[in-house]
Amino acid sequence: MRHTPLHDVHLASGAKMVDFGGWRMPVQYGPILDEIRCVRGGAGLFDLSHMGRVRIAGPDAVRFVDRVASCFCARIPKGAIRYGLLCREDGNPIDDLLVYRDDKSVVSLVLNAANTERDLSWLREHTPGLDVTIEDRTEELAMIAIQGPLSRSVLQREIESADLEALGYYRFLFATLCGIDDVRVSRTGYTGEVGYEVYLPAAESERVWKALLAAGGAEGLRPIGLGARDTLRLEAGMALYGHEIDEAHNAIEAGLAFAVSFVSEKGDWIGRSSLARIAENPTRALVGITTDGVRVPRQGYSLWRGDQEVGEVCSGAVSPTLDTYIGTAYLPLELAHPGQEVDMELRGKRQACTVVELPFYSRTRS
Amino acid sequence: MRPDDRKYLESHEWAKLDSDTVIIGITDFAVEQLSHGNEDDLVYCDLPEVGRQLEMGETFGEIESVKAVGDLNSPVAGEVVEVNSEIEEHLEVLAQDPWGKGWLIRIKPLTKSLDHLLDAARYEKVLAEART
Repeated sequence: MRHTPLHDVHLASGAKMVDFGGWRMPVQYGPILDEIRCVRGGAGLFDLSHMGRVRIAGPDAVRFVDRVASCFCARIPKGAIRYGLLCREDGNPIDDLLVYRDDKSVVSLVLNAANTERDLSWLREHTPGLDVTIEDRTEELAMIAIQGPLSRSVLQREIESADLEALGYYRFLFATLCGIDDVRVSRTGYTGEVGYEVYLPAAESERVWKALLAAGGAEGLRPIGLGARDTLRLEAGMALYGHEIDEAHNAIEAGLAFAVSFVSEKGDWIGRSSLARIAENPTRALVGITTDGVRVPRQGYSLWRGDQEVGEVCSGAVSPTLDTYIGTAYLPLELAHPGQEVDMELRGKRQACTVVELPFYSRTRS
Repeated sequence: MRPDDRKYLESHEWAKLDSDTVIIGITDFAVEQLSHGNEDDLVYCDLPEVGRQLEMGETFGEIESVKAVGDLNSPVAGEVVEVNSEIEEHLEVLAQDPWGKGWLIRIKPLTKSLDHLLDAARYEKVLAEART
């Protein structure tokens, strides 16, 4: 198992560590439900150094990304970010990713930890004919997220030469953080709250982690583990590779059409024609489910309408924000409407679930 | 050292003879694995009906925390004669007193021997290995 540069800091904080995507990662520092509330009501700090960070450079960098990713890279303004997917020819994704448009000839990607090696091989297989270099920067960089209503004011205190107030959603800039120049700061996250992700030299990560906790500790900033992160993203209706999307679940039916560009200027790209066909004729849709029963929905539990199996749970969690149990599932289109009822089955027992709209939680909608 | 008045399974259940029945529970380690010291993280415990026949090692229920589900396995074969139904409403008892008030089910065993199970010393060794 690989260790992030903050591994020993997590151990010293009493974190419970688990294996995740090839890395030893903190799943929780304290009660998971408290960590979720901490991010919704204050701010939380996340070590995301396990995520893959890849730099694509060269005269054909943008053209290359437009060939392998579903979003329209050439149209991303410098300093902006788009969400996209790396798809196979059949339209099913091998991963989802963030695409940072650094420059005319430089694009940075953020990938899922468990998929990074496979993604890198896939990317390298598709370079022939293009003048592009692919550099894995996962080891040299650390990645830290600060998320929650207080994240902006806490992070701003440690930043010189940049005004976070002016940084829009899915935009990034380079700033001086804790005295370190040229740190990438992006207004992105996986929680549904205002938040930022910073990319800095691995050797500086411990100092920055501690400085941020010191800057925000009095207001309640706490380190947050992957357990709470999973529930935060699920409440916010965000897909997780291996749950809502995988090699059998495509972006269109997952409700991620915003990340898939069919415009002709993008040119042909891997998976385009398959996804265009699916967009014409989808058979199922990703929905939210809630249940007041005793069991928490979990990945793989089957869903039934009468004596017919109609779907399967993709993700599930105890949601302290909604005060109920929540999950996601694919259902046939005729059942994929808020208010529809389905039964979740486990060990022969059934439990009623109600279809609801995604996301479960939006900080701007209430 | 865990109590040596009872025997253990490697999957962290305990079994204690009580006249002609056997009381079954789970160890503090099992509770800790699920709840990481936070009793509020335990959300559900599914126990069998009285009268159910269990085989040795059979899964008789489940215990669920915010992030994980664990099977409950029977250390002995026999008939379930009593269920601690209070647990289903008060999971915190499992964290507070796994050896006493946190018992789960009582079984009338086919045979009264617990010799096939681990004694406390051997169970400690299992835990030591689990931690490394």
